[in-house]
Amino acid sequence: MSEAGYNYKIVRGFAFSALFWLVIGLVVGLWMAVEMFYPALNLAPWLSFGRLRVVHTNGLGLGFSLAAIFSTSYYILQRLNRVALPFPRLAQAHLYLFNTAIALAALSLFAGMNTTKEYAELEWPLDIGVVIMWVMFAINVFGTLIKRQEKQMYISLWYIIAMTVAIAILYIVNNLEIPVNLFKSYSIYAGANDANVEWWYGHNIVGFIFTVPILAMFYYFLPKATGLPIYSHRLSIVSFWALNFAYLWTGAHHLMLTPLPEWIQTVAMGFSIFLIAPSWGSVINGYYTLQGNWDQMRSNYLVKFFIAGITFYGLQTIQGPLQGLRTLNAFFHYTDWVVGHVHMGTMGWVTMVVAASFYYMIPHITNRELYSIKLANIQFWLTLFGQVIWTVAMWIAGIQQGAMWKATNPDGSLMYNFLDTVASLYPYYKLRFAAGLIFFIGILIFVWNLVMTVRKQPGTTEA
Amino acid sequence: MGITSKPVVFAVLSAAVILIGTTATVFIPLFMPSTQPGSAFIKPYTAVEQEGRDIYMREGCNNCHSQTVRPLRTEVLRYGEYSKPEEFAYDRPFLWGSRRTGPDLNRVGGKYPDSWHYTHLMSPQGMFEKSNMPPYAWLAKNKLDTGYSYKKTSVLGYGYSESDVEQQISQYKATVTDGAYPSKASRDKVTPPELRKELTEMDALIAYLQKLGRDVKQMEARK
Repeated sequence: MSEAGYNYKIVRGFAFSALFWLVIGLVVGLWMAVEMFYPALNLAPWLSFGRLRVVHTNGLGLGFSLAAIFSTSYYILQRLNRVALPFPRLAQAHLYLFNTAIALAALSLFAGMNTTKEYAELEWPLDIGVVIMWVMFAINVFGTLIKRQEKQMYISLWYIIAMTVAIAILYIVNNLEIPVNLFKSYSIYAGANDANVEWWYGHNIVGFIFTVPILAMFYYFLPKATGLPIYSHRLSIVSFWALNFAYLWTGAHHLMLTPLPEWIQTVAMGFSIFLIAPSWGSVINGYYTLQGNWDQMRSNYLVKFFIAGITFYGLQTIQGPLQGLRTLNAFFHYTDWVVGHVHMGTMGWVTMVVAASFYYMIPHITNRELYSIKLANIQFWLTLFGQVIWTVAMWIAGIQQGAMWKATNPDGSLMYNFLDTVASLYPYYKLRFAAGLIFFIGILIFVWNLVMTVRKQPGTTEA
Repeated sequence: MGITSKPVVFAVLSAAVILIGTTATVFIPLFMPSTQPGSAFIKPYTAVEQEGRDIYMREGCNNCHSQTVRPLRTEVLRYGEYSKPEEFAYDRPFLWGSRRTGPDLNRVGGKYPDSWHYTHLMSPQGMFEKSNMPPYAWLAKNKLDTGYSYKKTSVLGYGYSESDVEQQISQYKATVTDGAYPSKASRDKVTPPELRKELTEMDALIAYLQKLGRDVKQMEARK
């Protein structure tokens, strides 16, 4: 509890849950990174790559990102509405249910209970748990909004509302399945339709977890950290509605040249290009907010996290639509290029903005100074270099493998068998592991810094 | 001023905006014939093949192997005829995948004898030194659980009776445990003695792999 009786206990609970799942998810990621060039590490069924991959994506996508989103949302909702959480005990139950669900999710995926629909791999009992958890969250979201003491809802609240609504629709529609028993179910959709529903979900769950709520953090914490107002309110209105409208049409760019009807693919391709505009609306808003105050890049350690983050978001939202084009997709799809693309978004944009938000928020809610700004700066450079080396290595690997798959001899026959193309990637896989390790060390410093911050006496300053 | 002071209206409007693209590109296509074409040549999986498919899903094989050959020249050269929507009529869920750490498997059925798969699954590195595929020898040490086989095929609407399912299971068991089974030597090498007269998870997985793309060959042949 603090000023105005705001509930910060829940904010802190979710923040440290996020850090916990972040470390777990990254350890799994590093293990898999080694398996890619050293398959002897597939030591047991539950440690085999096929099972670990879903633990990694769910652990970081649902465990880390959602916890960070719940943490910052509960904070932002109370601050921007100038009202304490109306149902604090519900929020507390939400925290317990969340961590229980993620732990069970990890165990069930290790055990091979996997529906195989990407980012929706959890079996049906856990799906029900996720829906209950979401309703618990939504009650507090709309509770604070309805009881608010502030006339207007600021941009960040729009993004939180859109996320709350969109994830509910996406999750329920894509996870409709018929149970065989407690641990097994089958999708109600078949073949091309199942693919279409899944990638509508898969693309938009990324949109409404890795984009929309991260933008909510960006629009709230950037002005807070810099003392500068957002450059253009109008631009943020236009980008918000355009983003929400266009995102949902684009899922099928994940299904280019598959048996899905061609018109759905083409519509997705068109809207993907359109999406550059609202995405860059936020990028421009971010850059122009610092207009005339770029000295803060040196003087304020948080600013470079936000600017690096929004820059990777900008690159991500150009790269994504381009690789969704049918001709480029024919080359890049199924290669490591796409793996690099995803990780620029998660390791660059999401991690940078969450780190800056936590660095601002945790000292604020615990009435302490950050343990060490110097360590935060070291973390910035480690995560930045780790991520850039990681993603560039994967882009090069993707281009190389794509080219090798396509290469033909003068007589028209294939130049390389599949195994040649795999073996040629091992140097990149080793480099990727090294880069991941650098990134991971940065993350450990991040976690350490925040743990040490809350362990200090309130109101003290050092380092 | 406007909707930014009305949270519930704002939420309803957001939902409406989100549902426009969803309706046009996802909900309406659900009911269009082009997304669910059928063909008399495409047969549902047998109970054993379906068990194999479930093991494929359990082990997350789809994380490294796609099941869609795109209509591109080099892809057709490498894998075979490109994928048709009819082939997936019984696929719940679809297993098209998104990354090819290993090769596409949509045309793998009939490409190699069963013995090749037993040897390869036992130790991919034993067959291809530079492969990074995990070894799956342990699948041959697990007896296939057919307790839910009938329930599965009935949930999936394959139209088998309980005795159909029993017959499919005993028939496949008879095939792989027969002394004259052409892949007997490689099966025995990976299967422990006490399971050689039973169906193992590896048997079912191989049955599934051998089904992939076989029906479509007949469909294409009749065109």
